[in-house]
Amino acid sequence: MTDATQTRHVPDRLNSRAARIFKSWEALLLAVAIAIFVINSFASPYFLSAWNLSDATFNFTEKAMIAFAMALLIISGEIDLSVASIIALASTAMGLALQYGAGTSELVIIGLTVGVLCGAFNGFFVTVLGLPSIVVTIGTMSLFRGISFIILGDDAFRGYPASFSWFGQGYIYWVFTVEMLLFVIIAIIYGVLLHKTNFGRAVYAIGNNPTGALFSGIRVQRVKFILFLLTGLMSGIAAVCLTSRLGSTRPSIATGMELEVVTMVVLGGVNILGGSGTIPGVVIAAFVMGLVTFGLGLLNVPGIVMSIFIGLLLIGVIALPRLWAMAAARRKT
Amino acid sequence: MTRFIPARETILGGAILVLLLLISSRFAGFVAPSNLANVFNDTAPLIILALGQMVVILTRCIDLSVAANLALTGMAVAMINVAMPGLPIPVIIAIAVLLGAVMGAINGVLVWKLAIPPIVVTLGTMTIFRGIIFLISDGKWVNSHEMSPAFTDFPRIVLLGLPVLSWAAIITIILFGIMMARTQFGRSIFAVGGNPHAAVYTGIDVGKTQFWAFVVSGALAGLTGYLWVSRFAVAYVDIAGGFELEVVAACVIGGISIAGGIGSVGGAVLGAIFLGVVKNALPVVNISPFWQLAISGSAILIAVAFNARAGRNKGRIILKEAEATQ
Repeated sequence: MTDATQTRHVPDRLNSRAARIFKSWEALLLAVAIAIFVINSFASPYFLSAWNLSDATFNFTEKAMIAFAMALLIISGEIDLSVASIIALASTAMGLALQYGAGTSELVIIGLTVGVLCGAFNGFFVTVLGLPSIVVTIGTMSLFRGISFIILGDDAFRGYPASFSWFGQGYIYWVFTVEMLLFVIIAIIYGVLLHKTNFGRAVYAIGNNPTGALFSGIRVQRVKFILFLLTGLMSGIAAVCLTSRLGSTRPSIATGMELEVVTMVVLGGVNILGGSGTIPGVVIAAFVMGLVTFGLGLLNVPGIVMSIFIGLLLIGVIALPRLWAMAAARRKT
Repeated sequence: MTRFIPARETILGGAILVLLLLISSRFAGFVAPSNLANVFNDTAPLIILALGQMVVILTRCIDLSVAANLALTGMAVAMINVAMPGLPIPVIIAIAVLLGAVMGAINGVLVWKLAIPPIVVTLGTMTIFRGIIFLISDGKWVNSHEMSPAFTDFPRIVLLGLPVLSWAAIITIILFGIMMARTQFGRSIFAVGGNPHAAVYTGIDVGKTQFWAFVVSGALAGLTGYLWVSRFAVAYVDIAGGFELEVVAACVIGGISIAGGIGSVGGAVLGAIFLGVVKNALPVVNISPFWQLAISGSAILIAVAFNARAGRNKGRIILKEAEATQ
């Protein structure tokens, strides 16, 4: 454990800043994003249109909002698989409130509150009871969506007020949507939080060595609890956007989204075992995934086939650098 | 005596008995032997999959692709049956087990050779397998009238008072009981999960053991794939959707530690039976089946909280210190 961290840090300082940026995962990812963009614009004549590209952003904005919080959580060495179920529960709560005549502002408050409460529930089990986050969130994944099923059955909530549709369908200016604005604001907030604050340094410290972090005065459990709250809050925001965009709530809403969120985070260069990763990486990964799914959609590839690409992307992104390293090691000997 | 009746299994067995007593106090028919046999038969696929999952979890891994593996194998054998109705059932079963094992081996190789975290590997293969079902079936259903009678009747054949499906579960339980307690492979699974460092020093290849655990889990998922499709006489993309969570739930409820190394065949079986009894009792006591998902979620949380408390005994602490001083 200790020698691994040492070897990881020493060579970093030998390279100049420019070389480091050039050789980074984010630079590689950016090149991939540009390549996909170019290929797409050749593959389909409908790709290079401002309105189509604007529509394409819906493919990733909601997922990316959760991915930023999830990135911090994964860097700290935990994971939350219940995010899609939190969306379902928050959306169901909003639909339920609608039946009692809640207005747009109440709906948003309820959606965000349910998200935070779900995050607190996960955080309680992980930090207070000290249980592994993977089992806890597999449990709450069933529980949260299960509650939605109890409330809704095979029914659906509809009839959201017209002003509520602003979040998912509104435009700020020309082709720029409300969700895009939210995406940019949240990306900046998380970028600053992770890379420029003490809290962000604490997240890295916990991911690299929880015991060391504890001994250097970081309140490990509190930081992790806050990260679960943030992930819950982001899921709540995504629930507001998604419900507003779809205009209805079913208990099966956002099924399987946790996979795409985790894929986005891992594709963004975050180490699934914790300790490293950046927000710019996740931002570029969001664009890559959005462009891939949108491009395939224009080519009439069905959604379930796209999920094969997502799955291959998830495994390939982790497997290829390791295969590369193994091949390099073999060449040396 | 305590050696033969582990506390966790006794508590879980007691919980199942209390549950049955509560139900029978209002609906006596539920505990009639014929109905209990039906409940067991209905739970058989979950028991088989839980045993495969147990082996994987014991080696500190997790297999979230079992339900997708089951669905893909089920679709494949159903299509083979439609194309070649004359193919004998033993051949179909062999194909199903082999296909499942190959898919398990894919998971296993990625975990063993590339050291990718199992949760990531199986989350990925889960969607890939589901997608492949769509590709090979073109999104169409294989319905009962297209399958041969021999294909759909096999799990229903009654031997000694129980259908073949139940016997498949019973035989799997017996085989696993012997494998986990009496074979080198079974013991090395506990060793790898209990303390991987110590396992290496005793000459056990940790990665290879994890690989074989995935192959076992995959093979059982393949077997269940055939049993599932022939029992319900239909195959489509979404069969057993989300079933992997129920399988993990059965293991966690059965006291199998997600940290690896702790668990038993009896625990996994009782965990599966617990969920099976709850599932079959819900319609009887007039609760909507939509409660099932929330109940298994709560059961996971309660079981994992309970197990963590039970696991915090002296033995574990000593092991941790030994590991730290290495």
